[in-house]
Amino acid sequence: MALFNLKINGKTYKADVDANTPLLWVLRDHLDLVGTKYGCGMAMCGACTVHVNGEATRSCVVPVSNVSNATITTVEGLSETGTHPVQEAWDEVDVPQCGYCQAGQMMTASALLAKNANPSDKEIEEAMVGNICRCGTYHRIHDAVKLAAAKMKK
Amino acid sequence: MSTNQSRRDFFKTSATAAGGLVLGFGWFSSEAFEPGVLTKAAADTIDFNAYLAIAPSGIITIYSPNPEIGQGIKTAFPIIVAEELDADWSKVKVEQSPLDTKKFERQLTGGSGAIRHSWERLRKAGATARVMLMEAAAKKWSVPLSECSTSKGFVMHSSGKKLSYGELATDAAQITPPTTVKLKDKSNFTLIGTSVKGVDSKAILTGKNLFGIDYKREGMLNAMIQRPPAFGLKLKSFDATEAKKMPGITDVVSFGNKVAIVGKTTWEVMQARKAVKIEWEKEKDLESSADHDRIFKEMLNSTTATVHRKDGDIEAAFKNAYKVIEAEYQCPFLPHSPMEPMNFFAHFKGDSIEMAGPSQTPQNAQNQIAKMFNIAPEKVTIELTRMGGGFGRRLNTDYAVEAAELSSIIKAPVKVTWSREDDTAGGIYRPAVRYRFKASIDKAGNITGYMLHGAGMNAGNATRPDNFPVGAIENTLIQSNDHKSPITTGPWRAPITNFLAYAEQAFLDEVAMAGGKDPIQLRMELLEKAQKSPVGKLTYEPERFREVIKLAADKAGWGKKKKGVYQGFSVYFSHASYVAQIAEMANVKGKPVLKKVYAAVDCGIVINESSAQNQVYGAIVDGLGHAMYGNLTFKDGAPQQDNFNKYRLIRYNEVPDIEVHFVKNGIDPTGLGEPALPPTGGAIANAIFKTTGKRLYNQPFSEQGATLG
Ligand code: FES
Ligand code: FES
Repeated sequence: MALFNLKINGKTYKADVDANTPLLWVLRDHLDLVGTKYGCGMAMCGACTVHVNGEATRSCVVPVSNVSNATITTVEGLSETGTHPVQEAWDEVDVPQCGYCQAGQMMTASALLAKNANPSDKEIEEAMVGNICRCGTYHRIHDAVKLAAAKMKK
Repeated sequence: MSTNQSRRDFFKTSATAAGGLVLGFGWFSSEAFEPGVLTKAAADTIDFNAYLAIAPSGIITIYSPNPEIGQGIKTAFPIIVAEELDADWSKVKVEQSPLDTKKFERQLTGGSGAIRHSWERLRKAGATARVMLMEAAAKKWSVPLSECSTSKGFVMHSSGKKLSYGELATDAAQITPPTTVKLKDKSNFTLIGTSVKGVDSKAILTGKNLFGIDYKREGMLNAMIQRPPAFGLKLKSFDATEAKKMPGITDVVSFGNKVAIVGKTTWEVMQARKAVKIEWEKEKDLESSADHDRIFKEMLNSTTATVHRKDGDIEAAFKNAYKVIEAEYQCPFLPHSPMEPMNFFAHFKGDSIEMAGPSQTPQNAQNQIAKMFNIAPEKVTIELTRMGGGFGRRLNTDYAVEAAELSSIIKAPVKVTWSREDDTAGGIYRPAVRYRFKASIDKAGNITGYMLHGAGMNAGNATRPDNFPVGAIENTLIQSNDHKSPITTGPWRAPITNFLAYAEQAFLDEVAMAGGKDPIQLRMELLEKAQKSPVGKLTYEPERFREVIKLAADKAGWGKKKKGVYQGFSVYFSHASYVAQIAEMANVKGKPVLKKVYAAVDCGIVINESSAQNQVYGAIVDGLGHAMYGNLTFKDGAPQQDNFNKYRLIRYNEVPDIEVHFVKNGIDPTGLGEPALPPTGGAIANAIFKTTGKRLYNQPFSEQGATLG
């Protein structure tokens, strides 16, 4: 066990956990940040995506010891009230069906848009291909990324 | 339209301590009472299972009993009530009711039946509350009721006076509910048919703890369960000495054929699980996919099939045929792969148990758990969480029952979470099925005989005996065989038809070709025949069938030459809805590449346009993805794919353009969660044939050269 001071969503969280524990389970089991979802545990589905120093990262395969000094953002930190342009776009396009994958989808999309304000369809595809939506909301995800990009330009 | 309230629609009101109106109504009440005049005593015994509450603040709360799985029910139900109530939608709140079998009869998600089941009663509830509010206003103003009207949460008088529903609610609670109510003319709907955003959207998009897997209680332990790694194995022995010493682990116990590892956190449990040494032994046959291929052949050649339907004389039809066409189609087992793996919380308390989690059939779970502990069903309470998909998997209660059993053994509140590997390899699968078709045609290409023989792996009856084109052909035979396999199977979104539709629709194309007919022309002729002179029982409406076919053909420009575009057609009737699809492909260096899917849907009145579109897109993507990639194979009883690295799901870059059109016919709403899935595989297979000249007889298509994206 080791004590970590994690910088998440602008706050510092203490976690006393084994150094190998994936960030995903620290968030979910220790810090009550359950917006980040478990889907596969092997970086295949994207449900667990968070930002680590601004990069979209699969938290299910990142040991907590690797991010002890990093700046971490989870879906709860996009904005608590749903006012981040990506959240707004997701709401306006009415993307979710079951909703389980959508935190991961939004984290991937928001990391992309933070770096590339005007992504091409190809660039959106390259970013989003790692996030599975079993309900098949891909068309709306595409529309929502486009809408979020437009919102961020304003 | 004016309808009499029968006893089952009896309404009862009360005012809450805080004032306002609470209207209870029999959403799903059973007809336990004999018809007749309702006495006061009888009225008191009726359970008012659904509630519509109007607070003095004007906030309207509707308690929605059906579990939400992504099908949009939690939004659709209140839309229906709010429409008849003339409520201001921005003031309507929806709450999920816990399982209450006394109050809710059909509290399950499955069979695309929720809206069909409750449409009329929800409308009456809204209309009843509206009349009571109007009466309260009329009384207050001392004006005749006929001078009052409603709009967007207000009762208005012809003089221009108005009062909000909130202001009237407490008075309305004193009004006796009317015995007859007039429902709106459907052409006056202002909310139904518009696009309304999902009521949980905000919570989903800000990462709130909505799902079962997010569930947490003070003092709750976490557990994972090692189940037999192959179907047909059972537990022989286990040694948990090492595992029990590992950090965070509180217990390792076995029950049934399982070993449960219990601890403080999920990750610690996952680690300790690897340290448990388990020996398994053979209990039943350990089947491999190659065995299944052999067993299919045996079944299809057997002479002891169960006959489900027989019209005319099939043998004579084949004997006198101008041509006989035969083909066999096969599909593999499929796991459901909902994004949220199975999980359930349980807290056993000796004479009662508290449960929480995602279930499509909470009532079954309640009954089974009550039986296991020999307690009354009321002693099993189940809090229903949102479900991260289900696709039929959560119609089974295995994961809830085992959580209950574990809690009773360790005497602690515990949440059991399945890993993705557990979820994929410990499934209740879509059964593998093989179909043999045989059809005879006359010189003009008309079908004179039609035989379908289904062979399934734990599929029960793998056929649907009344499916089109049955009913349009003089001589038919529908029969099946089933193999009892140790591999567990169950409903998978659009059970049986999820594959049968593909096989039927692809075979019909083969028959059309053999008879020199256009695929749509053949179907239209058959439907005309079914309408004019049906053979035997007819379970579909040929006219509605033809309408969706025409709509799809029109939108996709069927038969109009588009350069480099190859079209495949398919149409299907299931869950009381009709869906026609046309897939368009291009030939890219000899490979068929899917470009677009058109869908024409007749599900009667669309409640929520946005959600309905989402459902149809999703069902097409689902049908497409599984037809292309879905394949669960077995070796000695063990599933060979257990996570998304080996089991492929369709991704963002692989979906074609989709265009959805709804038939506007004003018919009462029918199913929508499933009906758009079955036709997809057939439309694609038929388009692949047009593109390459190659007929695909087996799923998944990707293993036969088809690609997407
Ligand atoms: S849970 Fe991390 S990628 Fe699937
Ligand atoms: S919305 Fe259900 S998995 Fe994406």
